[in-house]
Amino acid sequence: MNSDRIVGALALKRSRWGWGETAFWLVAAASILLFSDRYLILTEMAWLGLFALSLDLILGYAGIVSLGHAAFFGVGAYAAGLLAVHGIVREPALALVAAGLAAMALGFVTSFLVIRGAELSQLMVTLGIALLLRELANRFSDITGGFDGLQGIVIDPVLGLFAFDLYGRTGFIYCLVVLFVLFLVARMIVHSPFGLSLRAIRNNPLRAAAIGIPVNRRLVAIYAISAFYAGVAGALFTQTTALASLDVFSFERSADLLLVLVIGGAGYLYGGLVGAVIFRLLQDVFSSWTPQFWQFWIGLVLVLIVLVGRERMYRGILWLPRQLGARLGKAKPAPSPGGGGA
Amino acid sequence: MFSKTMWRAVIGAALVAPFALTAAQAQDTVKIGLIVPMTGGQASTGKQIDNAVKLYMQQHGDTVAGRKIEVILKDDATLPDNTKRLAQELIVNDKVKVIAGFGITPAALAAAPLATRAKVPEVVMAAGTSIITERSPYIVRTSFTLAQSSTIIGDWAAKNGIKKVATLTSDYAPGHDALRFFKEHFTAGGGRIVEEVKVPLANPDFAPFLQRMKDAKPDAIYVFVPAGQGGAFMKQYAERGLDKAGIRVIGPGDVMDDDLLNGMGDSAIGAVTAHIYSAAHPSQMNRDFVAAYKKAYNQRPGFMAVGGYDGIHLIYQALKKTGGKADGDSLVAAMKGMKWESPRGPISIDPDTRDIVQNVYIRKVEKKDGELYNVEFVTFKGVKDPGKTKK
Repeated sequence: MNSDRIVGALALKRSRWGWGETAFWLVAAASILLFSDRYLILTEMAWLGLFALSLDLILGYAGIVSLGHAAFFGVGAYAAGLLAVHGIVREPALALVAAGLAAMALGFVTSFLVIRGAELSQLMVTLGIALLLRELANRFSDITGGFDGLQGIVIDPVLGLFAFDLYGRTGFIYCLVVLFVLFLVARMIVHSPFGLSLRAIRNNPLRAAAIGIPVNRRLVAIYAISAFYAGVAGALFTQTTALASLDVFSFERSADLLLVLVIGGAGYLYGGLVGAVIFRLLQDVFSSWTPQFWQFWIGLVLVLIVLVGRERMYRGILWLPRQLGARLGKAKPAPSPGGGGA
Repeated sequence: MFSKTMWRAVIGAALVAPFALTAAQAQDTVKIGLIVPMTGGQASTGKQIDNAVKLYMQQHGDTVAGRKIEVILKDDATLPDNTKRLAQELIVNDKVKVIAGFGITPAALAAAPLATRAKVPEVVMAAGTSIITERSPYIVRTSFTLAQSSTIIGDWAAKNGIKKVATLTSDYAPGHDALRFFKEHFTAGGGRIVEEVKVPLANPDFAPFLQRMKDAKPDAIYVFVPAGQGGAFMKQYAERGLDKAGIRVIGPGDVMDDDLLNGMGDSAIGAVTAHIYSAAHPSQMNRDFVAAYKKAYNQRPGFMAVGGYDGIHLIYQALKKTGGKADGDSLVAAMKGMKWESPRGPISIDPDTRDIVQNVYIRKVEKKDGELYNVEFVTFKGVKDPGKTKK
């Protein structure tokens, strides 16, 4: 009884907004004013962050691994593209929801295949589904435009008011707002009893089933939700770039996504967002520095990140704010250095 | 070992650097954004173009009409969304006056709306689908179109005793152009297509298709694969024994790209292709170009290098003509109708379509001094892009 109350109190405490979270979103909002010449890369960070968040929902919270998350991204991207090209849903925000639902439908159907297996077979099944969709899109090139991509996508102003401009300002604000709204929803989901039951399943599916959690149904639900998120990310991609080509389904996209989550860390929602920011920054820095060999440096940094360990690096980054906090006598003393390192 | 403080400094710097780099720029420089694939499957295209542009600037200096030229190289890894973002950032942040490069058709198409909107000339140095120049009034091309070479090889094959042809083309826009125009001209001349195969663009394995080709027993295979894949094709062609079965290789010249030709081995000898450039082109200008390129990069220039060399030349000449005025409308107006002697022969920009007008040569692979070369033996003068004149 007592331990129940402690667990409950802990869960409640975790679901409250901390200063760190508020600061994160304030910085994100401030970036609209601060980095007005880098809207395009910020936009990429925003949709990549949302995409990574969607993977985090299944990987970090439900323990489902995926090497084919680009399948949902691609469905969302093509759905948004086709809706715009054929003028079915002209308003971007509405098309966004429609694209998300299309991906969600696919997620629901394929979830039954995915949750059957353990990790390795999940990897194979998800990978296979993404490859399958890519080939389908290639095969039906009269609908999708094949390798050359969907031509003639024109995106109307958001809500009929805000047109997409050359500087990418509208696009970025639009992506950021969508990201924030969907993040709030995801936050509610993972802190709800439903979200807690997912964590129980991730830790031990057998025990979870034994205490009466309907394991399969919960997994199907979170997989479909995650697919919705990925679909929305794909739709944001298409709407901000007016492009949809076969590479939205590519294996590299799914693999990059895993890297993003590895960099940022899974299972606390912000991992995807932080990972997306760092990943895109690294790409941008290295590829303008050496357009020929940037992939080498990215690889090197990734290896270093894994070797050094995320924990130690974050401690490094947070060192200065903590010191400042300690000087001002407000913050708790910093954790003893070198204590928990692997 | 790095100390902790150093790590912190490194990480901090990495996070801040990209935003700090946008410093103020001098007014009299003209910046050119060069967007090409430098990594991935089409990397050889980007490297050739980059090399050629650098070579040209070494030879001709970096100042034209009193303005300094600065080329900003970007790698789009052949992803059209990258191309578009890079083009947009170059135009908006770096204030480039010209965007250039574009390794593949989707990349060139993705940048087209930006060129129109920002009124920035887009100089296409590689991509070869006919429709590209119709997508924006600011697009000018210095490479070639597939229609130019495909129609001519189609006519030539029909007239030179080739009756049955099997086709193998990459499954994307230039491949479709290459197939369509060849077929029209070859069948009009009385030829017959016995087998038609489209191979995927990314990492193709030709072997299963080649077996089908062999069974169809054609006089020749008509091949279009993008620059860089010709070597893999010819290797498998020889492995499957198609050369011994007497099946010749014909096609637009992309498959016999000069930078790979030497590595293809003797099975390539006798292949007949129609194309716009051969490193063996017998002109003094070309001999100098090839020698300079070989000296600088220790390899033979291919047609992509020539596209880049002519592209940067066109930008230089246009700036000279406008007296240093670098707004899009003046530059495009200056580029229209421009004529010059290129390493590939005399070329000009069609004032109506902004596409390139050039000689197309029929060449045969021969061994000269122990090296393989495409030796030109028929010349078709001043070929416009037939992909557009039809409409």
